[in-house]
Amino acid sequence: MKFSVAWLREWVDPGITIEQLVAQLTMAGLEVDSVEPAAASSDGVVVGRVVSVDRHPDADKLTVCRVDVGAPEPLQIVCGAANVRAGILVPAALTGARLPNGMAIKKAKLRGVESSGMLCSAVELGLADSSDGLLELPDDAVPGVSLTGYLRLDDHCIEVDLTPNRADCLSVAGIAREVGVLNKLAVASPEMAPVVATIKDSVVVDIDAPQACPRYVGRVIKGINAQAGTPMWLRERLRRSGVRSISAVVDVTNYVLLELGQPMHAFDLDRLDGGIRIRYARASETLTLLDGQTITLDDNALVIADRQQAQALAGIMGGQASAVSDNTANIFLESAFFSPDVIAGRARKHGLHTDSSHRFERGVDPGLARTAIERATALLLDIVGGQAGPVIEVVIDSELPARRAVTLRASRLEQLLGMSIPADEVTDILRRLGMDVREEGAQWKVTPPGFRFDIAIEADLIEEVARIYGYNELPKTPLTGKLTLVPRPEEARRPAAIRQILVDRGYFEAITYSFVNAQLQASFTAGARTIALANPISDDMSEMRASLWPGLLQALIYNQNRQQSRMRFFEIGLKYSLQDNEVKEEKYVSGVVAGSRYPEQWGMDRNANPDVDFYDAKGDMEALLALSGRPGDFRFETAEHPALQPGRAARVVSAIDGAVGWIGDVHPAIARKLGLVGRVVLFEIAAAALRCESAARFAELSKFPAIRRDLAFIVDGRTEAGALRDTIANVAGDALVDLQLFDVFHMKGLDSGKKSLAFGLTVQEFSRTLTDREVDSLMEQVVAAVSGKHNAKLRD
Amino acid sequence: MQRLEDLVDEALTATTSANDLRSLDDVRVRFLGKKGLLTEQLKQLGRLPETERPTAGQAINDAKQTVQTLIESRRAQFQAATLDEKLAAEAIDVTLPGRGQAGGGLHPVTQTLDRIEALFTQAGFEVAEGPEIEDTFHNFEALNIPANHPARAMHDTFYIDEQRLLRTHTSPVQIHVMEQRRPPLRIIAPGRVYRCDSDVTHTPMFHQVEGFMVDERVSFADLKGMLNDFLRAFFERDLDVRFRPSYFPFTEPSAEVDIQCVICGGAGCRVCKQSGWLEIMGCGMIHPQVLANVGIDSERYTGFAFGLGVERMAMLRHGVNDLRLFFENDLRFLRQFS
Repeated sequence: MKFSVAWLREWVDPGITIEQLVAQLTMAGLEVDSVEPAAASSDGVVVGRVVSVDRHPDADKLTVCRVDVGAPEPLQIVCGAANVRAGILVPAALTGARLPNGMAIKKAKLRGVESSGMLCSAVELGLADSSDGLLELPDDAVPGVSLTGYLRLDDHCIEVDLTPNRADCLSVAGIAREVGVLNKLAVASPEMAPVVATIKDSVVVDIDAPQACPRYVGRVIKGINAQAGTPMWLRERLRRSGVRSISAVVDVTNYVLLELGQPMHAFDLDRLDGGIRIRYARASETLTLLDGQTITLDDNALVIADRQQAQALAGIMGGQASAVSDNTANIFLESAFFSPDVIAGRARKHGLHTDSSHRFERGVDPGLARTAIERATALLLDIVGGQAGPVIEVVIDSELPARRAVTLRASRLEQLLGMSIPADEVTDILRRLGMDVREEGAQWKVTPPGFRFDIAIEADLIEEVARIYGYNELPKTPLTGKLTLVPRPEEARRPAAIRQILVDRGYFEAITYSFVNAQLQASFTAGARTIALANPISDDMSEMRASLWPGLLQALIYNQNRQQSRMRFFEIGLKYSLQDNEVKEEKYVSGVVAGSRYPEQWGMDRNANPDVDFYDAKGDMEALLALSGRPGDFRFETAEHPALQPGRAARVVSAIDGAVGWIGDVHPAIARKLGLVGRVVLFEIAAAALRCESAARFAELSKFPAIRRDLAFIVDGRTEAGALRDTIANVAGDALVDLQLFDVFHMKGLDSGKKSLAFGLTVQEFSRTLTDREVDSLMEQVVAAVSGKHNAKLRD
Repeated sequence: MQRLEDLVDEALTATTSANDLRSLDDVRVRFLGKKGLLTEQLKQLGRLPETERPTAGQAINDAKQTVQTLIESRRAQFQAATLDEKLAAEAIDVTLPGRGQAGGGLHPVTQTLDRIEALFTQAGFEVAEGPEIEDTFHNFEALNIPANHPARAMHDTFYIDEQRLLRTHTSPVQIHVMEQRRPPLRIIAPGRVYRCDSDVTHTPMFHQVEGFMVDERVSFADLKGMLNDFLRAFFERDLDVRFRPSYFPFTEPSAEVDIQCVICGGAGCRVCKQSGWLEIMGCGMIHPQVLANVGIDSERYTGFAFGLGVERMAMLRHGVNDLRLFFENDLRFLRQFS
């Protein structure tokens, strides 16, 4: 809601500065969004009367005018406007003036003719966005008077950002009411006496939907001059409220909307066929609106219809067929109350949002319609002339919104606010707000006024009392309560620990969007049922991610494009998918690694610091798995994933949860498509798989020496080290306290295609020292088992 | 005994002329070894009359001690020189950088969330989470936002289908928690939220922290006190904090909280649009209908709730001037917070 301060001051003038007014409104919950001067400074612009107009001797489109600017002698001003003519009053910028657009007015010769100033259009003065010709001023303008003074441009426009509950402030009257409450002042409404009917013309109004429209007020006005100009003062008020002037009739309805908060509509009476019927639309009924769009209605849409067809979308927008035009002679004026429930959401359904729908869906005072129509009639008769018929009013009292009394208990007020406010002050505040208040001992029975749609329960009244008393006058108390310590599960440290491990290993945490490009995602999630947004913001954000990898790779590319070569990112976030039509959200820890293993540093050449590969990422992943306290529960199995390079990809399988993660090089086809440079390794693990369910358990330390033996096996190049590992661990049994794979070597020459795997076995008993013979025997068993099972040969 | 003195002199000369540890050891063997010259002297004591033996023995031992000392001091000289050499040889350039893996860093949003959580857990708040794909009931109806309510239009919701949407705020976690648990409750719920809006000051995804407390006799004064403390603790400054009436369908009374601009200190700047104040969060007393929706007796229990934007808090604390930076994941940006 935007309004002119001068307009407000006509209703109520608290005698405070603009700054004070702004602060007062903001602190009362009417947040001021902006304050701006009503017009840019137009110093040196005065009212001028064009005395004579002569053709410019050397230019067809210019005229030479003599203009009375209140000085003894008229000024000679060259003008190019088409509407210039003798007798009109226009703004004249004198030499020395500076216009809002920065133009400085100097004495000049235009095509050889001297010009001492400039006649101005509304655009040049910053009073309109467009205009055709000079701004013609009303007859009461006196030549020589400053334009700023005449148009009261020394005004400010305040825009308040109203919350949806304060529909009562969507008018100058409403703001004035609030300012009156805050300053304990009475509000003076302009004279709005009923206009006596001078003709008998009427229209039959039938309400088929009394719940939706319990009150409909109308009036016929005949014989208007629809082409009459809107007076300057009214246009200026509209402009200062951000409303464009359209035509006198429309401007008046808009003016009443701004002044009183009552949306109105004017129909061209001669375009209506028969009476007015307020009804729900018939299925598939169509209506062409004022804005030219034709909409198809459903049977929830309330319309204002004549005998033939819907003529307006009730409370939202009028129809084109019965719109007031320049040729309109007779009008039917509407001022109704539509129930918020019926209007809410309807405008948006058709992509509309109008000043009318904005008010009706929030609630318009159901008692206002008659006042508004009288006000509008008076203004219209003044401006476009004509004769008014009697006011037609159809009202179904039982369907008008009832204002029920709400009880406010002093005890509850005190408890909820944490302080006691004196009873007479509470009563005073509520009465100032227009409530009907009955004091009943330690409580109040409060009936809100018709313009308040937001007072239904005790808490609403408590807010009103607090608001007017001042939120900042209420106390602040520190929290009190029982200080109980709650058990802290081992699990609690995990999320922070996951992040810390990765950060310590050189990863930066990324936060990527939860929605990704559906096409890109398809390369990553074969099989998963993804979730598409019904109203995505763009194709690149059209589907909920079923993998964190696309987002991480986009972060990688973003940085790759900014000359970064060494990148490690992780993200902890949700994956979304559908399983049996149920949404599944799973938290994952995902990572991407590219570039050199270590940051570039002295003492490490490319050999010592190669680009990362699978095993670097695997090491990081193993550090995460260790968080579970049971790293032995996880296995890496060769497997295929659509986003990973076959042969360089593994599925991570947990002994208790099954498949919980993946790791591998980005599939070369994806890498090429995305333009990734160098080797890029991805990993992901379900966060839940890392859960640590119990504190670490101490195991007794052996007092006896440990013995290490190294065994190197030559196996086929495709044999997996993990398989040998498992065999060794199985055979060696409990005595094996540590097993390290310390060398992998691909054979050359005769044994080409084979590889050597060297294991270090550490054995130890708890009860005694192992003898060399025992260890030898154990090693023999290991060698026999490995040789047999994996076609391995012990390397000498 | 002249000979003994000669021997000591001779030893002195030999010690002095020894030029390394090895030749010095030769000197030791020559004089003090098992068959050394001074050792031999001792062996010959037996030939002296018994009465002379103590004096002579003493003299020999003194001479041995002298030679021993000479050799030791010479050895110390050599060791010192060797050490000096070693030290000189091993000196390094301490200005060369250290080596190893470089650390990464946590996202500033995470750091801000951690900070907020740490502060609230001090006051006994627990952390709860809720789904990001919500049903309309939890996101709207249960929070007193019926269909077609103007507040819904203000939420710019992403929909999956008629019933499911991306949560527009973390407030539905209130409902989830209260469906499961009874007061007393002190909960904060951090997480991602979504609005169908994207421009210089809006990203379609951002983070909020919802907080709420429900107990007997929880008041607006408690809410004011706690948020005042929180904001001052978060920014580590004695900021002015003010509460303005506002509107949220799920709280009544409702308030917006402003802090004195942390950029200009309240004098007025571009960030605070010259007002000296920054809008920082919304809050209020939980609407009785919301409590009723989850079966909590609103006569017995009252509660407050608040919601704050994490990116905004991070921007103000770290002086970040563009919201979109948080989601570009530019390493040059992220490194500044590591």
